[in-house]
Amino acid sequence: MIAVLRRVIKEPTGLFGLVLVALIVGGALFAEILAPYDPVALNIPDRLQSPSQSHLLGTDQLGRDLFSRVLYGGQVALGVALTAIGVALAGGIVLGMLAGFGPSWLDKAILLFFDTTRSFPTVMFALATVALVGPSLQTVIAVIIVTTIPTYGRVVRTQTLSIKSNEFIKAEQVMGAKTTRILGMHILPNIVGPLMILASMDIPTVIALEAGLSFLGMGVKPPTPSWGSILNDGFGLIRVTPWPIIAGSIPLILITLGFTYLGESLRDFIDPKLRKSF
Amino acid sequence: MLLYIVKRTALGVIIVLLAVALLFCMIHLIPGDPARILLGPRATPELIAAMSARLGLDLPFPVQIARFFANLLRGDLGMDVITNRPVVEIVISQLPYTLWLIFFSIFFAGLIGIPLGCYSALHRNTLFDRISGFVSVSFITTPSFVVALYALLIFAVALKWFPAVGAGDKGDLLDQAVHLVLPVVSIGLAWVGYLARLVRASMLEVMEESHIRTARAFGLTERRIIYHYALKLAILPTVSVIGVGMGFLLSSALLTEIVFARPGIGKLIYDSVITRNYPVVMGSVLVSTILFVFSTTVSDLINAWLDPRTRATL
Repeated sequence: MIAVLRRVIKEPTGLFGLVLVALIVGGALFAEILAPYDPVALNIPDRLQSPSQSHLLGTDQLGRDLFSRVLYGGQVALGVALTAIGVALAGGIVLGMLAGFGPSWLDKAILLFFDTTRSFPTVMFALATVALVGPSLQTVIAVIIVTTIPTYGRVVRTQTLSIKSNEFIKAEQVMGAKTTRILGMHILPNIVGPLMILASMDIPTVIALEAGLSFLGMGVKPPTPSWGSILNDGFGLIRVTPWPIIAGSIPLILITLGFTYLGESLRDFIDPKLRKSF
Repeated sequence: MLLYIVKRTALGVIIVLLAVALLFCMIHLIPGDPARILLGPRATPELIAAMSARLGLDLPFPVQIARFFANLLRGDLGMDVITNRPVVEIVISQLPYTLWLIFFSIFFAGLIGIPLGCYSALHRNTLFDRISGFVSVSFITTPSFVVALYALLIFAVALKWFPAVGAGDKGDLLDQAVHLVLPVVSIGLAWVGYLARLVRASMLEVMEESHIRTARAFGLTERRIIYHYALKLAILPTVSVIGVGMGFLLSSALLTEIVFARPGIGKLIYDSVITRNYPVVMGSVLVSTILFVFSTTVSDLINAWLDPRTRATL
C-alpha cells in the first residue's frame, strides 16, 4: 500500500489527485471541527452574504453558512458513494463469479440481467423509482447499486473466465477442491486489484449522480446539506447571487477531478502490463 | 455478418422486452399503490378505487402485464391522467427537442474534440498536448448540469448574451439556434474532452501502423497521410463510444433541459415526477430505454462491420 502511494505521488497528476481527494475527504471527515457554524442553523439577518472573513463562501437565502454546508455536504457525497459502490462491488463479485464459473445457462441468464439493468438511462431510472417510492437518500443509493452492479459484474465475469482456464485452477479441481474454495482463495484475490481501480474511478461518477439527483430535489431532504441541494438553492437564486452555485460546485469539481487523476495513476501503476516496466 | 445482425438485433429486442417487464414489475411490486401516489395523501378510498379501475390496476397481475405488452405492441403507452391525452402522443411531441439537443451536442463535441485529439497526438508530449490533456480531463469530470449552471450564470444572467430559458419560437430557426447554444455546450463539453482523449489515443496507435509507414516510404506528404489515411481510422472508435454513451447523453440532456427550462423528454419526466403523473413517467422512461438500447445495438452493428473480431463476442 505504501509502495503504491509512493509511486502515485511521484507522478504529478497522481499527487495532484491525491491532494484534492485528501483535501475534500479531510474536510468532510473533520467537518465537526472545521465548520465554523452549524450547517442547518438559520440566521436570517445574515442571509445572502458574499464571501467574507466570517463566512468564507457567503451565506444562503436562510443565512446558513455555505462553507459549513459544503463541509457537511462532503459527508453525504462520500457516504453515498462508498455505501453504493461497496454494495455494488459485493453484488458484482457474487454475480460475476457465478456467471464466470457457473454453467453456461447461468452465465447467459446473468449476462442478460446485466444488459437489461444497464439499458436504463441512470437518471431517468432514478426518477422513475423516485416517482414510485418518493425521494430519499436510500432510493438514490438503491438506484446507484442496481445500475452499477452490471459494470463490476461484467469485469468480474471476464476475469473469472480468464483465470478459470489456468492450470493451477484445474489442478485444484482435480484434487477435489470445493468451488467456494477455488473462488474465494484463488480467483477473488486475483480480481480484487483491477476492481479496486475501477471502483476508485467510479467514485466521481457516483458523487456526480448523487449531486445531480439532489439538485433535482430527489435525493437528500432539506435541511440536510448536500452539494446538489446547495446547487439547487443556487439555481433558485441565480439572478440574486452567484455564491451558492460557486460554493456547491467547487467541491464537486475538485473531488471528481481528484478521484479521476488518482484512479488513473493507480491504474497505471497496478496494470500488470505497466508494472512489468518498473 | 448477417447472422451477427440477426443475433444482435434479437438480443436488443429481448433486452427491451425484459426492461419493459422489469419496469412494469417495479411499478406493481414496490410497496405503495400507484393510484394512491397519483392522487396524493388526501384521496378517499373511493377515489383510489376508481383510479385503480381506470388504470387497470384492479386486475390480476398476469392480466395486467399481458394487457400492457399487447398495448405496447399497438404503440399504446396508456393515458396521461391529468390532461387525458395519450402518453405516446405527449412523449413523441417532446422527443424531437431532446434528439436535436443530443445531436447538436455530439456534433459540437466532434467539431472541437476530434481536431483537438488529432493535434495533441501529432504534437505528443508538447506543452499543448499536456494542457489539452488536463483540460480534457477537467471537461470530462465536471458534471454537465454544473457546466449548465455556470453557462446560465455567466452567459445568460450576467452577460445576457444568450437566452436563459425555453427552446425559441417554433417558426423562427435562428431563435431556436440561439436557444440551443448554451444547452449544447453544457452537454457537449464533457464529450469534447472524451473525444479528444479517445482520438488522441487512437491516432497514436494508427500512426504506428505499417500502412502509415508504407505511405511515408512512398513519399506522401505528412498532411495527406494524416487526413486521408490516419484520421479516417482514428475516428472509428468514436462511433461505438457515442452509441454506448447514449445513456449518459440522455441523463445529461434531462438535467440540462431542467436548468434551461427547455422542452424535451427529460423535462417531461421531471415535471411528471413532480405532479406524480406516473403513466407519463413510465412511458417516457420506456421510450428513453428503447432509444438507448437501439443506439447501443446500432453502434455494436457498426462496430462489428468495421471490426469483424467483435462478432465472435456475441
